[in-house]
Amino acid sequence: MKERFAIGFDPFVLPFLVGMVFVLGYCLFGLFRILWQLPREDRRKFLLSLITPATALKNIWDIFCNCLLHVKLWKRNKMLGFMHSSIAFGWFMLILLGHLEVFIYCPERVHLFYYPIFFNYFVANNESTIGGAVLFFLMDFFLLLVLSGIALAMIKRVRSRLFGMRRTTRPSMLDRIGLYSLWAIFPLRLLAESFTAHISGGSFLTIPANWVFRQFLGNDLNLLPTWWAYSIALGIFMVVLPFTRYMHIPAEMMLIPMRNAGLRIRHPRKGFAKMQVLSCPGCGVCIDACPMSVQKVNIKDCTVYLNRQIRRGNEKRIEEISDKCLLCGKCEAVCQVGVEGPKMRVAQRSVRRYGLTPDFAAIDTAPLVQAAAAQVSKAAAGPKVLYFSGCMTRLTPSIGKAVTSLLGKAGVEFTWMDREEGLCCGRPLLTAGRIDAALALIRKNQEIILGSGASVLLVSCPICYKIFTERYSLPGVRVVNYADFFAELLEQGRLKLEKSDICYVYHDPCELGRGCGIYETPRKLIGQAAGIAEAEKNRAESICCGGSLGSLTLDFAHREVMTRKALDNLYGSRADAIATACPLCLSTFRRYSDRPVRDLAEVLDASTVSSFQP
Amino acid sequence: MIDFGFGLSRSSSVKLDEVDLGLYHKLEALEPGVRVCMSCGSCTSTCTAGPWSGMSVRKLILNLQRGKDVEKMLSCCMLCGKCTMVCPRGINTRHLILSLCRIYGKKQ
Ligand code: SF4
Ligand code: SF4
Ligand code: SF4
Ligand code: SF4
Repeated sequence: MKERFAIGFDPFVLPFLVGMVFVLGYCLFGLFRILWQLPREDRRKFLLSLITPATALKNIWDIFCNCLLHVKLWKRNKMLGFMHSSIAFGWFMLILLGHLEVFIYCPERVHLFYYPIFFNYFVANNESTIGGAVLFFLMDFFLLLVLSGIALAMIKRVRSRLFGMRRTTRPSMLDRIGLYSLWAIFPLRLLAESFTAHISGGSFLTIPANWVFRQFLGNDLNLLPTWWAYSIALGIFMVVLPFTRYMHIPAEMMLIPMRNAGLRIRHPRKGFAKMQVLSCPGCGVCIDACPMSVQKVNIKDCTVYLNRQIRRGNEKRIEEISDKCLLCGKCEAVCQVGVEGPKMRVAQRSVRRYGLTPDFAAIDTAPLVQAAAAQVSKAAAGPKVLYFSGCMTRLTPSIGKAVTSLLGKAGVEFTWMDREEGLCCGRPLLTAGRIDAALALIRKNQEIILGSGASVLLVSCPICYKIFTERYSLPGVRVVNYADFFAELLEQGRLKLEKSDICYVYHDPCELGRGCGIYETPRKLIGQAAGIAEAEKNRAESICCGGSLGSLTLDFAHREVMTRKALDNLYGSRADAIATACPLCLSTFRRYSDRPVRDLAEVLDASTVSSFQP
Repeated sequence: MIDFGFGLSRSSSVKLDEVDLGLYHKLEALEPGVRVCMSCGSCTSTCTAGPWSGMSVRKLILNLQRGKDVEKMLSCCMLCGKCTMVCPRGINTRHLILSLCRIYGKKQ
């Protein structure tokens, strides 16, 4: 090993150095700003989590798996996974090995930023020693890995369908500059190292290349220009990085610890939300996933565009995008970096100023409490069941009828809380961003439920169920979804089912599936009561029925297209009928479906054979 | 109608030339659907807030068209969305209500 230059410096490192200093400074400044924007308790929580060994280890592991290996992408599409992980992991290893070389061979240079990057220029090593040979081999190997990833990236630009993507975003001008400089970095590195290989050594990639070049370029004059080019490409990439989608590289590394610390979005533009926006690489996976993307006019309202508009500060579009979304949660389910599109939108809705605030003080719950309590107290021993059917079930009374019929057959005594009059659960207000009003309604409902003396709150609407489990405080009351409740009754033998010969395809309602994580129980129940088929897109990737109350501005004409698209997905299974577990999905599908649509309770009720005899 | 200056009941005639339709027009700009309401009352019959406040989208729209106060009704809406689901004219009533809340009481 020998250092080729005693001063250890050459002007060609300057572009790289400028870029490096700029990007480091920018990111550090941005990080401090975001930390500053976090509410005090969140900041504390975050900083504490960094020094807690368990979360710190988890952070490192998650960063390794997601930022370097892109495990989630692999699961989605092998080509996409390989492309991203080869670039990220290969590059990381090149940097790591570069540092290792400096540490081993010239530790007095470790303080020089650029030494590991341009090691082969400054240091001539000997590949005939075992250590040298291994290092050179590894360097070439990882360079080859990165180059293969870059080649795939170039192919993807032209034919994104090969990577399982139908639509991707159109990169902006700066994105393109970043992209092309990124593509240029590694071929230039290969060139530079190849030209230097007969001086500094190389391995299976660089030595043959060096031999080829020397056949017709016999002098070393090409050496310096290629190192300059390599350094300039690096410099350009790092200078434009903060203004391009490549900002996701540093941002995601900070997003993961923040998420592991348990932070939540509190402000649509600041702190945690901002980190999510910066972490979005604009991969466009959420475009194909979004139910709104079936129509061209609505494509630009997907989450990736929300992130883009927030970065650009386009207030008008941010408002529009925030109001249109169905909050179906699918973009969040497919997003590789964990951008919480629906939550960002609700946060955006909640900072809006209104001239008039809902006021529910005038609603007197006393008669409701009394009525419920009188009936609950009449129930014999055993759990005191209070059934809440929710607003939407009033438009699909068959659900309420089937639920009560099943309860009757199983011999469960119950009180129907909102049979005559009831209050809304508060979730529509919450998703519209009117948080205080929602909380006021929640308090009213809590009064009724707690005042009734019930011990079980049975809920058949997943929209209500979600808010009951997440926002209500009901000590001593077990909130249970009807699917779980009926599964229990079946287990206890209080309901007996006989398989009918109808075949149902089960549609996962957004709120029950992605919202509450209940996927299997309804399937199990339907499987016992009838035949069951699966649609192509199901479970976490089920397509919103289009009726969601989450959207504030979508009108019926637009919703109809989405509903038909969701129905097509269900028809694909060739089932005779559609089953779902949400009153809103039910009424939306019934509008347009060409085959019967039934609620879970109706399916079960039709197949129940024996009644319970105590 | 001839006003005799006395009568058994108070006149309920609306003089459209005199009422202030500012709020209605502003709402029209934000949610043009308000124009196509045919006062069928489907929204009223399903309203969750109705029993407590007399909320009714039909009445709300009529009141706006006559320049009458809507605050009490409006402040009880729970945004449950049933009125939107049943409206035969496909009016996005929730958006109508939210838009109205936004512009309510604001100058210009
Ligand atoms: S939000 Fe997620 S899925 Fe959508 S473009 Fe960004 S990273 Fe990709
Ligand atoms: S929540 Fe659903 S509708 Fe909204 S952007 Fe995401 S995928 Fe699209
Ligand atoms: S959204 Fe408001 S006005 Fe419409 S039915 Fe519900 S409570 Fe009534
Ligand atoms: S249901 Fe629709 S058309 Fe009928 S009164 Fe209500 S808003 Fe008007």
